[in-house]
Amino acid sequence: MPEPAPPGKPPAWQDPRVRALVFQALAIAAALGVVAFIFTNTMANLRRQGIASGFDFFGTTAGFGVSMSLIEYAEHHTYFRAFLVGLLNTMLVSAIGIVLATFLGFTLGIMRLSRNWLVAKLAAAYVEIVRNLPLLLQIFVWYFGILRQLPGPRQSVSVLDAVFLNNRGLFSPEPVLKPGFTAIPIAVAVALVAVFALARWARQRREQTGQHFHTFYVSLAILVGVPFAAAAATGFPLRWQYPELQGFNFVGGMELIPELVALVLALSTYTAAFIGEIVRAGILGVSRGQLEAAQAVGLTRGQTLRLVIVPQALRIIVPPLTSQYLNLTKNSSLAAAIAYPDLVLIFAGTVLMQTGQAIEVILVTMAVYLTFSLLISLFMNWYNRRIALVER
Amino acid sequence: MANRVQVGAPGTLILRPPATVGVAGWVRQNLFSSPANAVLTLVSLWVLYVTVPPLVRWAFIDADWVGSTREACDREGACWVFIRVWFDRLMYGFYPESEIWRIHVGYGILAVAAVPLFVPRFPWKHWVGVFLLFVYPVIAFHLFVGGTFTVDIVDLLAGLALAAGTVARFAPALAARPWSPRWRSIYPAFAVVALAWLLLGGRLVGGPLLPVSATLWPLVETRLWGGLFLTLVVASVGIVGSLPLGIVLALGRRSELPVIRAICVAFIEVWRGVPLITVLFMASNMFPLFMPEGVSFDKLLRALLGVTIFASAYMAEVVRGGLQAIPKGQYEAAQALGLGYWRTMGLIVLPQALRIVIPGIVNNFIGLFKDTTLVLIIGLFDFLGMAQAAASNAHWLGFAIEGYVFTAFGFWIFCFGMSRYSQHLERKLHTGH
Repeated sequence: MPEPAPPGKPPAWQDPRVRALVFQALAIAAALGVVAFIFTNTMANLRRQGIASGFDFFGTTAGFGVSMSLIEYAEHHTYFRAFLVGLLNTMLVSAIGIVLATFLGFTLGIMRLSRNWLVAKLAAAYVEIVRNLPLLLQIFVWYFGILRQLPGPRQSVSVLDAVFLNNRGLFSPEPVLKPGFTAIPIAVAVALVAVFALARWARQRREQTGQHFHTFYVSLAILVGVPFAAAAATGFPLRWQYPELQGFNFVGGMELIPELVALVLALSTYTAAFIGEIVRAGILGVSRGQLEAAQAVGLTRGQTLRLVIVPQALRIIVPPLTSQYLNLTKNSSLAAAIAYPDLVLIFAGTVLMQTGQAIEVILVTMAVYLTFSLLISLFMNWYNRRIALVER
Repeated sequence: MANRVQVGAPGTLILRPPATVGVAGWVRQNLFSSPANAVLTLVSLWVLYVTVPPLVRWAFIDADWVGSTREACDREGACWVFIRVWFDRLMYGFYPESEIWRIHVGYGILAVAAVPLFVPRFPWKHWVGVFLLFVYPVIAFHLFVGGTFTVDIVDLLAGLALAAGTVARFAPALAARPWSPRWRSIYPAFAVVALAWLLLGGRLVGGPLLPVSATLWPLVETRLWGGLFLTLVVASVGIVGSLPLGIVLALGRRSELPVIRAICVAFIEVWRGVPLITVLFMASNMFPLFMPEGVSFDKLLRALLGVTIFASAYMAEVVRGGLQAIPKGQYEAAQALGLGYWRTMGLIVLPQALRIVIPGIVNNFIGLFKDTTLVLIIGLFDFLGMAQAAASNAHWLGFAIEGYVFTAFGFWIFCFGMSRYSQHLERKLHTGH
């Protein structure tokens, strides 16, 4: 009887390890091939068009003006400074937008859960209308449809004769700092440190002795009292300068250009619709048993909300909330469509046109946004680790 | 005394509980259950009173509906004449009027073909899917672009054979009858030969073997495309193109091979981390530099490429969600049956995973549909871009709001309808478990 053939080594192309190596080598080769193809073509094209690559253009004079800048900027400054102007304007519009969207979004989320039928339906209608329309359309409506249609400075819409809204923008009183003002930020910092220390002490005492301390009211007193005392001691070193109508426009006060106002309004009302849904889902996501357990151990309504519902809802809310913040920051790039001088308009628009350095300019722009999203996802990972449920 | 009912022993009176049924009861419970709630209700009613009646008056009662010139709009309300005059532009852009029927035929074929997908238990859904994903794009391309096209009959046959063979090899369930196992062993060689012929054949023999050229209808250049038509083209190409790429990227991201995983993660995260507008800027400014000399592609194609790449990163994350939702037992069972990686994925995992992620894909489509408006920034006249252009026409200044309201209405109908459909699908798929 012939012996069955011993199970020899399988052929190399059936060995999973060999296959893995081959596939990965092929993937690297393909990726490198694509990169090399693009690189050689680009180099050849640039040579033909006579464009020198590199980042030297950052140092040359920009020669164009910008309608709004947080730092000193004029035509004789460099492209790098223009880049900074755009970056800061992007960060400004995102920061204001995030704050407003959070307020509006939490309000909407709570309204949708209201036991009042009309309030809940109004909030639902708002969410369904706003999130099903393109953001760019909403920016256009705010800018071309509303703000540019407003009357001129002489017929401004005014609030308490202090804030004026017209087709030139939003004018509001500007705080003017008098000498001695530095005492107030210091007082605020001291108060904050004191409040944190107090909260820590109160928690430790509660965990050790079970005694409750009215942290909230004491903190409030410290937070309001200390800065107020400092302000009183230095003679209230803050004055408001009101905008005044002179000739055809307002002078003095703080001026927000209409592009900024339209962009902030559109971004925050749009993102708020999404945040509202996140908040609603987060609160609904806390199981009913938690609420009933809290009532069973005799917590008051306020305590239930503060100690049981909110901490658990936040666990659900914060990760999608941060990604909405990131979306808002990325969406602020639509500023280019209404000529708000953000990173995309100044840098990927004007600077690109003037220098012709398409590759460098677009790569830098993308790198900026990638950095934002990387920072946000690092924060999110840190937060998720911190709040992760410790299971038995 | 109507509210008091005598119960039990004479002399003991208790209050009847407030009504909880009927209109009065409903209003009391849902609108005026407490003083705070009453205030909220009144504030809401005030908000409605301030917004809704003026809006209705503007949009309907005071509006101008008939006429064909600007002078027809002399009243306080909306000027719908503006929309009436610009309607064709808003729908089709600058597409020649005599050729608009081609767009309608394209829409019509799509509508007829898509109907069976919404019929539960329709038996040949697979074939409809194959038609929509592979055949329809070719038909639509020739309908919308037109002009003279040349086909090599040999190439055509090779392509058809390759397509049929591939379907038979990888999705035997789609074939009419089982294919012999011998086919399986021949297939790789066949596929290589057919592909090589399609890619290089023409060059090897110095030209097409059996060329057939025809002009069914005149060429319409893509720079004439616009309006809602362009919006639909960009969104559909983006979503259909991103599906295969997204599936490959999602599989790559979950691969056990570190190099492949790293490449896919980098690709996905880079495109998800940047705004679409920078991608479009890149597509319009940098793609021409990437290509060899002499190769140029038009603005629309560049935008389509940019949108597809961008959408594929988001699609990959949706598909990955589906892959992660498939229980480990499915993978293990497939391995226990002796299936390799591709067959495990193709026959066991992907069919289940793609089914669960359909609502996610629809949501992606809604997002992409809204985002297509950004192409106006690189100079294409989509639905919104066309409304913007119409409103800045010297004869029709001052009607921007009407244009926005009309486009908003169009977008809203599409997006709201699709989101409702996706919620319906979600509920339907949910009951399966």
